[in-house]
Amino acid sequence: MQTVWPLFVYLAAAAAVPAGMIMVSFVLGARHSDRATGEPYESGIVSTGSARLRFPIHFYLVAMFFVIFDLEAVFLFAWAVAVRELGWAGFAEALVFIGVLVAALAYLWRLGALDWGPKPFARLSHSRHKDS
Amino acid sequence: MSDFFQHFGQTVAFIAITAVVIGSALAATFAKSIVHASFALFFTLLGMAGYYFLLGADFLGITQVIIYVGGILVLLLFGVLLTSRSLDQLQIRSRASYIAASAVGLAVLAMLWKAIIRGPWQHVTPVVPQQTTQSLGRLLLTDYLLAFEFSSVTLLAALIGAAYIVRRREK
Repeated sequence: MQTVWPLFVYLAAAAAVPAGMIMVSFVLGARHSDRATGEPYESGIVSTGSARLRFPIHFYLVAMFFVIFDLEAVFLFAWAVAVRELGWAGFAEALVFIGVLVAALAYLWRLGALDWGPKPFARLSHSRHKDS
Repeated sequence: MSDFFQHFGQTVAFIAITAVVIGSALAATFAKSIVHASFALFFTLLGMAGYYFLLGADFLGITQVIIYVGGILVLLLFGVLLTSRSLDQLQIRSRASYIAASAVGLAVLAMLWKAIIRGPWQHVTPVVPQQTTQSLGRLLLTDYLLAFEFSSVTLLAALIGAAYIVRRREK
């Protein structure tokens, strides 16, 4: 616990810096309320509609992949700290662990789950064989 | 004297973390917008990591931050943004959902309460291991090797399942 107090000092500093910035700009900043102050752009095209739009499903897939490989990384961190102690047997065991997930990654790659946007190969074949 | 300060610091930290966790959990429960609820949940999960750090479980705390705060919560927000209904329609207004959520919450609370009451609690002087990560890594790759390797298979199943669901929806 004695070694934890720098963390709290750090957290306090991390909170104080942005809070101080906002406070100082609030105190020192100029205030005016003209007709266009509330607009997103004081000069330019007035925006219409909502900013909330649906994201393509690929974003969710990538986020999911991230969480899964994140989890893999956490397991590997635990191994990495004890790597000298565990020796080559631990290395082999970790290799199996990674190998299973590399197999999954290769499968996803083949499946095209990592492809993003318009597929270059699909587009090429489409332009060549327009009738198909 | 230093023992008093240590104890005092721990108590203050515990109270501060508990205030954050309970406050943000209440905010998440009663938030009108699901996006606000997700952001409130961010502080709840971060507070749980604070509990782990307070108990000396540094690896568990870091894992909580990396996976729950950095991963699951982002997934949750993406899920909200990906839904076909607009965000205004996602507001929780119906009485039935409140009643159902309260029932589930009370059932979980009853289970936890029973576990807390019945559990064989014993007071021991806490032995805080200096390096939890190293011993965790050693145990994972020796005594709990099967669970370790099986977790990679579980992750594989999750990866393929996610890809399958997305592909099916695209068709």
